[in-house]
Amino acid sequence: MEYFVQQLINGLTLGSIYGLIAIGYTMVYGIIGMINFAHGDIFMVGAFGALITFLVLVGLFYSVPVVVALLVMMIVAMLLTSLYNWTIEKVAYRPLRGSFRLAPLITAIGMSIALSNFVQVTQGPRNKPIPPMISKVYEVFGISISLKQIVIVIVTTVLLVIFWYLVNKTSLGRAQRACEQDRKMAALLGIDVDKTISITFIMGASLAAVAGTLYLMYYGVVTFSDGFVPGVKAFTAAVLGGIGSIPGAVLGGLLIGFIESMWSAYFSIDYKDVAAFSILAIVLIFLPSGLMGRPEVEKV
Amino acid sequence: MAAKALLQVEGVETYYGNIRALSGVTVAVNEGEIVALIGANGAGKSTLMMTIFGSPRARTGKITFAGTDITEMPTHEIARMRIAQSPEGRRIFPRMTVKENLQMGASLDNLQHFDEDVEKMFTLFPRLKERIAQRGGTLSGGEQQMLSIARALMARPKLLLLDEPSLGLAPLIVKQIFDAIRELNRTQGLTVFLVEQNAFGALKLANRGYVMVNGKVTMSGTGKELLADPEVRAAYLEGGRH
Repeated sequence: MEYFVQQLINGLTLGSIYGLIAIGYTMVYGIIGMINFAHGDIFMVGAFGALITFLVLVGLFYSVPVVVALLVMMIVAMLLTSLYNWTIEKVAYRPLRGSFRLAPLITAIGMSIALSNFVQVTQGPRNKPIPPMISKVYEVFGISISLKQIVIVIVTTVLLVIFWYLVNKTSLGRAQRACEQDRKMAALLGIDVDKTISITFIMGASLAAVAGTLYLMYYGVVTFSDGFVPGVKAFTAAVLGGIGSIPGAVLGGLLIGFIESMWSAYFSIDYKDVAAFSILAIVLIFLPSGLMGRPEVEKV
Repeated sequence: MAAKALLQVEGVETYYGNIRALSGVTVAVNEGEIVALIGANGAGKSTLMMTIFGSPRARTGKITFAGTDITEMPTHEIARMRIAQSPEGRRIFPRMTVKENLQMGASLDNLQHFDEDVEKMFTLFPRLKERIAQRGGTLSGGEQQMLSIARALMARPKLLLLDEPSLGLAPLIVKQIFDAIRELNRTQGLTVFLVEQNAFGALKLANRGYVMVNGKVTMSGTGKELLADPEVRAAYLEGGRH
């Protein structure tokens, strides 16, 4: 039983990170109907942004309170990824809006490769470690919960609440949803559609940056290729939850996290990715629009 | 007269690909007027409405609003000049509540007068009050039409474009909507440019009217003149009176 709860906690931690990344996929899909395959690499750039910020902070001040360090790392990473994602949308995706659907998709794969190669060249191909920032571990009824895990779950929860409020209760969120449902009508009502799309990319990038910072803190290491696997898993989470649905992305993220940790615990760790993707295939066969998605009527 | 026009469309041509939808359309709407554009299905009436908003954009010709050239302006900036439209097909946001749809309409006004204006809409269309928390997509056609007009009015427009406001509505509600338009025009000086297939009702309501055939304006005159014109009667009124 303890073992099971332990895995549940591990899955929750992992799932939080996937969920944060998945929101970026799902929002961009919702508003312009494309999969931003570079999003996983935006997450990786976020982790590198956090890493560099950490090194600079330690270099400048020698010793920094952990809370302050984490906050600064997150903010710098958010600014950095926002700039990247905003530029990518503007330079690579916007000119292709209105062309056939595969064009932006292929461009996105290109941007993904470009980003990871850029980081490989500028940061080097080796693993970049940071010293453990938080090492405290609590023992409760035979279950060990690390402070790192608590931080991840709390940060994710707080962000999701802020994010939920932004999307559902503010005029910015309303404009985003309007663009998602009928871009032309939104423009007729005075909404700047291009700006709204840019903001959507920035919001997705910011969440990915936080995920990147948490990932770095949790595993203590990052490398240029780390965008790929978590990126694909988060994409899977978004599809599993129902692409276009924000609560679906979070749910999908958590499920992928649970599946992975449970499979590793009870079966074979080598096959954890097979398990996660098999579940995806099964869900898509029986529920093509995902767990919380609505049936897609082909947009014209 | 032309110099004082609030909306001036001059020699506008619009294409869908290679197909010309509007050819050399010239139309003027003066401040405080109600102007009707009548014509058969596919004549290009809705295309003109959308061309005014730059979507599709006019390939030749010029559109000015209150003295400003808006021909090449981005659609959302044209809207911000305080032109509102209840477009063809109503285009209600289906997964937003009635209230959110109205809030979208008022976003030009930064929701400054939202509570006050929403009460006015409820007086105009009491049905919307009952439906306020419902999703737009679940409304009936007539209710969506009311919502679409109300959403346009929430922007406090200087010029209101209405594309077939009577479409899909019961005759009693059509009368109610036309009365409401007349009332807004009389009390607040709202300028209205409307497209209608219901030519009789539209020309009775309007100060002036234009007739469009195959993308061209073929006739214009006061509402009364057009109502009395034998050609107009033959083509749009006889047997089609509602």
